[in-house]
Amino acid sequence: MLVTSSSPAPAAGSRTTDAPAAPAIDARDVHVTLGGRPIVRGVDLSVPAGQVLALLGANGSGKSTLVRSLLGVVPVASGSVHLLGAPLGPRVPWDRVGYVPQRMAAGGGIPATALEVVGSGLLHGRRLLPPRDRRARARAALETLGVGHLLHRRVQELSGGQQQRVLIARALVRDPRLLVLDEPTSGIDLPTQEAFVRTVASLRDAGTTVLVILHEIGPFAPLIDRAVVLRHGRVVHDGAPPQARGEHGSAEHDHTHPHADPVPPSEGPDLTLGVTP
Amino acid sequence: MTWWDSLAELLSSPLMQRALVAAVLVGAAAPVVGTFLVQRRLALMGDGIGHVALTGVAVGWLVGSWAAASPADAFAVPGAVVAAVVGSVVIELVRERGRTSGDLALAIMFYGGIAGGVLLIKVAGGTNANLMSYLFGSIATVSTADLWWTVALAALVLTVGVGLRWVLFAVSHDEEFARASGLPVRLVSMTVATLAALTVTIAMRVVGLLLVSALMIVPVAVAQLYARSFGRTMALASGLGVVVSVVGLTLTWWNDVPPGATIVVLAIAVYAVGALVRPLVHRHRPEDDPHPEMSDDVLVPATAGEDCPPATAAPRR
Ligand SMILES: Nc1ncnc2c1ncn2[C@@H]1O[C@H](COP(=O)(O)OP(=O)(O)O)[C@@H](O)[C@H]1O
Ligand SMILES: [Mg+2]
Repeated sequence: MLVTSSSPAPAAGSRTTDAPAAPAIDARDVHVTLGGRPIVRGVDLSVPAGQVLALLGANGSGKSTLVRSLLGVVPVASGSVHLLGAPLGPRVPWDRVGYVPQRMAAGGGIPATALEVVGSGLLHGRRLLPPRDRRARARAALETLGVGHLLHRRVQELSGGQQQRVLIARALVRDPRLLVLDEPTSGIDLPTQEAFVRTVASLRDAGTTVLVILHEIGPFAPLIDRAVVLRHGRVVHDGAPPQARGEHGSAEHDHTHPHADPVPPSEGPDLTLGVTP
Repeated sequence: MTWWDSLAELLSSPLMQRALVAAVLVGAAAPVVGTFLVQRRLALMGDGIGHVALTGVAVGWLVGSWAAASPADAFAVPGAVVAAVVGSVVIELVRERGRTSGDLALAIMFYGGIAGGVLLIKVAGGTNANLMSYLFGSIATVSTADLWWTVALAALVLTVGVGLRWVLFAVSHDEEFARASGLPVRLVSMTVATLAALTVTIAMRVVGLLLVSALMIVPVAVAQLYARSFGRTMALASGLGVVVSVVGLTLTWWNDVPPGATIVVLAIAVYAVGALVRPLVHRHRPEDDPHPEMSDDVLVPATAGEDCPPATAAPRR
């Protein structure tokens, strides 16, 4: 199922030369069960280093759940996951894995500044105390995303788009080799999306592997090497990115697609997304 | 007698000296742990641990009476420490499961803790008066041995709570991201729970098991009204905890009022004043433009129909 990447030679040496052959993500027959229901049902996914992969699918198709299981947020019921060559667990080089969740955690109401939130991105499985240059690195990460001035603002008071950029800065601050983003552009205006696409492009040029969940390919289109489409927790397309349909982004287009569908899911080519054969 | 003489007398009383040292330590440590509890939405955890710790006190008392220990309650504090730690770990495990039945399990555990304590202390030959001193605090019973327990445990709580605050914050703020970073989320959660348990046992003699949670939570509630960061909230809450504990305790020197309740009422009064004054303080802050000039401002389109949301506002889960 592996589609060769059309991107420049992956990880060709700007930062890393170790383990050149290991895929950034290697998932075999992953099943995830949540609340007694099978959400992800037998997904195989191998993402070679340096690839930019878009994970697409209707709402409720299990994209977030798949990604969360790949990162160890929710347990994998069966199957195996390797990240950057190591089995999911303490041996993964967590300092090189960046994750941007769909939205900011609500928390219990204690204020936290952008500096504190981004600084928490410097901690990982192998580092429980922040480095000395915590402030400088958090500031630099926020400035990369054009929100350096928010350093001392409470994140609770920021707008959705600003919060999103703080979350992206938290993932970038540790200089990831694998970056996983869950709908990073939903609810963000188009100019910001384009600025964000430029950030991802420069990361890709530096050899970073990117797995991005998208609702609309939109401005990401030129970056995407490969698209995987999920439906009812299964991969129904793996290959070239689908062509964006003209009417796809319009208001009358119905995106909702209930997951708890009583009809057994077909695996035929009746995709809602216009997939090129 | 001038107030100065009176103060000198207060400070020269060995009982008051011990009580003040305990109050400063407990007042500083309790809100540090409370900040993490509030962030984790576990503000009532200390209360639950307090209920369970009562059974520990009674079991310690029982063991003491069997062993014919010289003060009957020599093992009360160690008993409370063990019960509180076990209780906090169980609470954390139930929370981790996130089941609705967990709520009931916790309620049963809490009431069992109180009922078990009341029953066992009678079996051990104690009285309701003994029990009251644990439930509502009693500085008169702070012995030198108790003080050493308090000093040691408070030092431990402060060292771990402040020293590891970054990772404790990371896990408390966003557990999902912490897991996706390979952080030992379970170990960290258990650490917070254990810190809460130790805090309950050291605060027990000063404010009492039923009011312990207030000393952990109310200063945090005040601090988060004013502080802008997690670190400041914690520092401010800790400072407030010391102030209300010392002031509350000092008041009991001149007036025959129970120290625990006085401290908690003081803290709540500070919260009430803080909440009332906050709108006045926060009204004028010119550097805080709620609509700052942004480089990525949208180019305003001609018109957008009322029932036609922009394409980027697609429904999401
Ligand atoms: N913690 C959970 N417990 C039970 N069901 C869940 C949980 N999280 C997600 N689901 C269900 O899993 C399905 C897929 O969700 P999700 O992975 O968020 O989809 P997507 O990201 O593709 O929109 C949905 O039907 C959702 O209700
Ligand atoms: Mg999702």
